[in-house]
Amino acid sequence: MGEFDVVVLGGGPAGAHAALAAASAGLNVALFDENPSAGGQVYRAPIGGTRAASSADQQAGDVLRRELAASTVTTFFAHPVWAVTGDYRVDATGPNGPVHCTARALIVASGTTERVVPFEGWTTPGVIGLAAATILLKSQGVLPGRSTLVAGCGPLLAAVAAKTIEGGGKVEAIVDLASTADWARTLPAMLARPDLLRQGFNWWRTISHARTPRYARHTIIRVESADDRLRATLAPCDAAGRPLSGQRTTVLADCIAVGHGLTPATEITRLLRAKHRYSRAAGGWIAIADQDGRTSRPLLYVAGDGAGIAGAAAAATHGALAGLACALDLGATNPMRLTRSIGPARSAHRHATRFGHAMSGLMALRPGHVESITPATIVCRCEDVTRAEIDAACDAGAHDINQLKAWTRCGMGPCQGRTCGDITGELLMRRMGAASRETVGCFSARTPLRPVTVEALTGDFTYDEIPIPKAAPL
Amino acid sequence: MSTPGQTVHGPFDVTVVGGGVMGCTTALFLARGGMRVALIERDSLCRAASGVNAGTLTLHMTRAALVPYAIRAWQMWMESEQWLGSSVLATAAPGLSLAFTETERDLLRARAAARREYGAQIDLLERDAALAVEPGLNPAMLEAAFCQTDGFASAYLTGRAFHAALRAAGVQIFEQSPATRIDHTNGHYRVHGPESQGASLRIDATRLVMAGGVWLEPLLAMLDIRIPVKTLVNQLIVTERMPPVMRTVLSIANGLLSMKQFANGTVLIGGGWQGVGDRARGPVETIPQNLTGNLRLAQHVIPALAKARVARIWLGLEAETADAMPMIGALPGLPDAWVIGCVHSGYTSGPYMGKLLAQTMLGATPELPLFDPARLIAVAPELPQREQTQ
Repeated sequence: MGEFDVVVLGGGPAGAHAALAAASAGLNVALFDENPSAGGQVYRAPIGGTRAASSADQQAGDVLRRELAASTVTTFFAHPVWAVTGDYRVDATGPNGPVHCTARALIVASGTTERVVPFEGWTTPGVIGLAAATILLKSQGVLPGRSTLVAGCGPLLAAVAAKTIEGGGKVEAIVDLASTADWARTLPAMLARPDLLRQGFNWWRTISHARTPRYARHTIIRVESADDRLRATLAPCDAAGRPLSGQRTTVLADCIAVGHGLTPATEITRLLRAKHRYSRAAGGWIAIADQDGRTSRPLLYVAGDGAGIAGAAAAATHGALAGLACALDLGATNPMRLTRSIGPARSAHRHATRFGHAMSGLMALRPGHVESITPATIVCRCEDVTRAEIDAACDAGAHDINQLKAWTRCGMGPCQGRTCGDITGELLMRRMGAASRETVGCFSARTPLRPVTVEALTGDFTYDEIPIPKAAPL
Repeated sequence: MSTPGQTVHGPFDVTVVGGGVMGCTTALFLARGGMRVALIERDSLCRAASGVNAGTLTLHMTRAALVPYAIRAWQMWMESEQWLGSSVLATAAPGLSLAFTETERDLLRARAAARREYGAQIDLLERDAALAVEPGLNPAMLEAAFCQTDGFASAYLTGRAFHAALRAAGVQIFEQSPATRIDHTNGHYRVHGPESQGASLRIDATRLVMAGGVWLEPLLAMLDIRIPVKTLVNQLIVTERMPPVMRTVLSIANGLLSMKQFANGTVLIGGGWQGVGDRARGPVETIPQNLTGNLRLAQHVIPALAKARVARIWLGLEAETADAMPMIGALPGLPDAWVIGCVHSGYTSGPYMGKLLAQTMLGATPELPLFDPARLIAVAPELPQREQTQ
């Protein structure tokens, strides 16, 4: 369909800034995203764009969207990408059917998947992710419930609770794996971004005005239906997220928004067989890359949280850096100017990551939390695979995560293990007594990257147009 | 016997190199026949062709001369809980092979007749009779070949089942261990595994079975035997769970489609459309027009599939000899060394082939003849690479 110098996959802050940087260096750039407009999760636009920007995030998103609209970047929004091949052909489905294009270089800015460490009843309807709650609040202006229990860890706790309250909803409580001291330790890094620090303070002020109880160093151990509501049981926990014996608290709510951090979405770089490593601090498996986002594969770049969790501010600077690096590598015009720009871009990025790394520290996977998953708890929600089944397969000799997948169907469903992969790998590693997640590996990436209907791929055809190969031998 | 840094295992009565369905079945029946068996596998058991194939247990796709073997193997799969000890969800279902054009109808009739010669109970059905068997079929179909001996298994469960059975039979399994060298000295075969952290794996045995699938060519070269093995890169597609849209195993006359719906509602679409890959890199990626072609064919056969959502696409490697017939038997010029592999529709026939080889090695006369590998020895010592990647 089209040939571009660069295709950028993902229109969040990393992808948008990568596209802008590459385009302003004179490259012919295309940008794909499954969402209807740019911004990603943090700078997500309201659907229809009718409501006025109400927050700093939305205003920043509007600036980004205007810059993109004024640039030479060809955008494909509402286009989920379902395949990327080694010759950098990108296949997507869109409102007007399938599209594909090719590129000399690819910048992957695919963001993250929210992690939920399973607990009894986490698949009950009404239990949603913190990130899902932010989509409802930002995109649709809809409250997740009349009353909501907000649980998990990291800055999304405060963001979801404050926006729910601002939207007229009730937050029953905030259940935070971190202690107040854990938050206080991030303060020096937060001072690097006074604007974000102020935003955080505003959230907490809203929360304390509403007199929302906060359970620090607590975790949800069970959710069950109670008439038309949900009953959550909370337990105090240690620093590793392990529930402690002692007092149990129950809270009733219509909705439970829970998230235990973010994991980088690496399906595309894994599909393209770039080299990866496991980094607990970065959120999970990440493509091995240099400071400008160059992966082990020529002309394949990663940027933003998909390259390792560092937050939206750092994603923007990382994206700009990857866009510049890509332009330099492709031999764009004016290399002198680009080379001069890369130094300042690197230092801007280093500055931006301080805040993000402090936040990702709060969201890292806690080993005791994973250990405390009970045997009957479902880990793979697509295929209803429990922890007990995973443990049994491991004991029977499944010592590689893809072998485990074949033995149990864990990770074989429509999400392709995006939801359960991090937890499954951790459970397998611990059960085997292995020292690192590299020992058990990670799920193989497969197309389609997002489920796609047969008819979207087949289109209109007649039988005699099908290029049937020669018959198999008799 | 051990030198520092070396771990020598054995001596065993036999080392099986390759843990696919044929290597595993051979190892299982040899162990049950009283031999001490070691099995060395480059990945995990049954994670290559034996674990990622379409699981079709059919005579419609089997080469005519292999039909007698496939019928016996089909029975083994259906009774796998008896001899294997656990289920691979083998399910009997009628198989229909379809013709949509006059040319395909001629092909269908000729192929059905050829397979009938070898004992396959295949009947031809007119359109309406076929639609009565499978109401979801595209009524544009002209004729179908019907066979009751058909069905499918969930191939991904094969490794789990053999793992348990082999362990119970006392087979020593070495996974994640590609064979790197094979020496034959003092009446022993010594198989060398990978070097890791200064240590290395050595397995000694008096007998050797080479069961390495598409890797048989380089493995046999370690024994100075040159047999070209072609690598097919077969594409497979599975949908999300969906309401019932078919109840038979479907194929078309020329063999380029296989399709069935599992009990969990997913539909698996295969048929040997090619992707990119080779034995050095493994499966790499699909070819877009082959993906579209395979799906169009599937949708043409069962129109309700248009609304299905594709959940996952993958590729599996299949081994083929120069004459597309198996090599199963004693390796020429070497004492007590055997090969098994390259069986067309190998998952269907695999367990029976392994059982036959084990019978032979245990001194019995096999129920059906083996397939002498000597016919395949390459004349020229250096052959061009025959990898297929188109």
